[in-house]
Amino acid sequence: MNLEEYKGVYVFAQQVDNEISSIAFELLGKAKDLAKDLNTEVTAVLVGSGVKGLADQLAEYGADKVIVVDDPELKDYRTEPYAHALASVINKYKPEIMLVGATAIGRDLGPRVSARVATGLTADCTVLEIGDFPLQAVPGQEQLHNQLLMTRPAFGGNTIATIACPYNRPQMATVRAGVMQKIEPIKGAKAVVEEFNPGFTPDNKYVEILDIVKAVTETVDIMDAKILVSGGRGVGSPENFKILEDLAEVLGGTVSCSRAVVDSGWKPKDLQVGQTGKTVRPNLYFAIGISGAIQHVAGMEESDIIIAINKDADAPIFDVADYGVVGDLNKIVPKLTEALKAEIAAAK
Amino acid sequence: MKIVVCIKQVPDTKGGVKFNPDGTLDRGAMLTIMNPDDKAGLEAALRLKDQYGAEVTVVTMGLPKAEEVLREAMAMGADNGILVTDRVLGGADTWATSTTIAGAIRNLEYDLIITGRQAIDGDTAQVGPQISEHLNIPVISYAQNIKIEGDSVIVERQYEDRYHVVKAKMPCLITALSELNEPRYMTPGGIFDAYKKEITVWGRADLKDVDDSNIGLKGSPTKIAKASDKVRKGAGEKVALDPDESVSYIVGKLKEKHVI
Repeated sequence: MNLEEYKGVYVFAQQVDNEISSIAFELLGKAKDLAKDLNTEVTAVLVGSGVKGLADQLAEYGADKVIVVDDPELKDYRTEPYAHALASVINKYKPEIMLVGATAIGRDLGPRVSARVATGLTADCTVLEIGDFPLQAVPGQEQLHNQLLMTRPAFGGNTIATIACPYNRPQMATVRAGVMQKIEPIKGAKAVVEEFNPGFTPDNKYVEILDIVKAVTETVDIMDAKILVSGGRGVGSPENFKILEDLAEVLGGTVSCSRAVVDSGWKPKDLQVGQTGKTVRPNLYFAIGISGAIQHVAGMEESDIIIAINKDADAPIFDVADYGVVGDLNKIVPKLTEALKAEIAAAK
Repeated sequence: MKIVVCIKQVPDTKGGVKFNPDGTLDRGAMLTIMNPDDKAGLEAALRLKDQYGAEVTVVTMGLPKAEEVLREAMAMGADNGILVTDRVLGGADTWATSTTIAGAIRNLEYDLIITGRQAIDGDTAQVGPQISEHLNIPVISYAQNIKIEGDSVIVERQYEDRYHVVKAKMPCLITALSELNEPRYMTPGGIFDAYKKEITVWGRADLKDVDDSNIGLKGSPTKIAKASDKVRKGAGEKVALDPDESVSYIVGKLKEKHVI
């Protein structure tokens, strides 16, 4: 592998139902920073069926070039044709860096592609920067410059590791949603658009999609919410989430939840905060009946203000809460809602 | 039908995390468990065994101590256990781990391979899909409700806002989500039997079609540049008051912070 041949920062521009996912714009924002440090360009790889028209949006969010792989086999996400598309782009264009969102698609596509092109993959990164490997010069070992340094939480967020991929290309990372900043879109920006089709021949690895069942959700994306009222197993039942919904309504906030709640089937997965759910950083985060497993804390500890209500005085959530209230959520939350209603009415 | 289930022994971060006085993780004081998603995968395999009849083989890679999770799996109902352990395999990243496990599985007959979605220590969710790539078989990640139909498997593949009902020809690999229903307990008879059975132990030499350049620390493309303990912002105030006082306390704080 001649590492020098590999150039440019590439982003997998995830789309679902021919709508570009927010993560793609976030990755472009970060890719622009990295490309500046490396004095190179940002390329978005757009994979799907009938998606060419989305290229301008990618340009507005920072792509200098868009490679479009457009084929009927790519209509809905399936591992094999998508892996073939992205791996073929990597083999042909030889990117130095390949970023993929750490989504339910990206966390399947990333490992399959990295194994196919025989390179490393760092999962769920929260920080990406260009630097040296080793970080400090070590006698007898060549210090490599302009490496992608990928930082990620491990052990449920208890440790932070910075990973490099010094001897293989591309340097691949999946990046957690909601962490990187999009740029302000540049209206009317255009990118160089190049179409590429490596050919798609269905084989045993092409699975068949028999049905697509969409979850009906009327709530806003919890990653965009300024106030989150989050419930855990301590809420006790799906019905009892009503008291959290009432509190959220008074504050103009949104209800979210812990993994235990999703695993119990009380709330859909898209409301889950934490390591395996979404990373949120609202202005105000209520943790109600949430014990505060480190996997949960990893997804919410950057919130500006954290208020925890839990009957267990030793619950680990109190270690990260700004204001911890030990008590029965069933008694406190409804009263709190009423009190806030009165306060807000009085202020008007 | 032959099912291979990949499991991993991990520190138990769920049951109570132990910290050293300096705030770092005290791994010596933490118990080890079978990774929860892997246990869910094993349970899924055992249900297929109950329903359709199957031979279930569990495979783990780790220190000799990882035999414990194989015994547990066999006490739950797995038929065979294979421990892949060798000093030269240590320090592997997900690439080197997946090439190793794929090398072990090449020695086996299988229709279905089930792995957990991810392990609670690394949380990468990579090894399952990477194994499938090395074995050149289809993968369905984030799967629930596994059914068998002829030579195919039908599962629900979960996404953030939807699921796909997906049909794949066997052999294939599935990464399992923790199911809504709990994994079964070990039975006394099962525990007794599990300790009577032989565990197969494989080392480097037993891996099929695996190059030395793809195993262990040296064969890992990703390198750790730095590892550190996370700096947390630390606890704030904590009060234990009656409900009315608690409400006043919270309202007071929200006013102080200009939320209301």
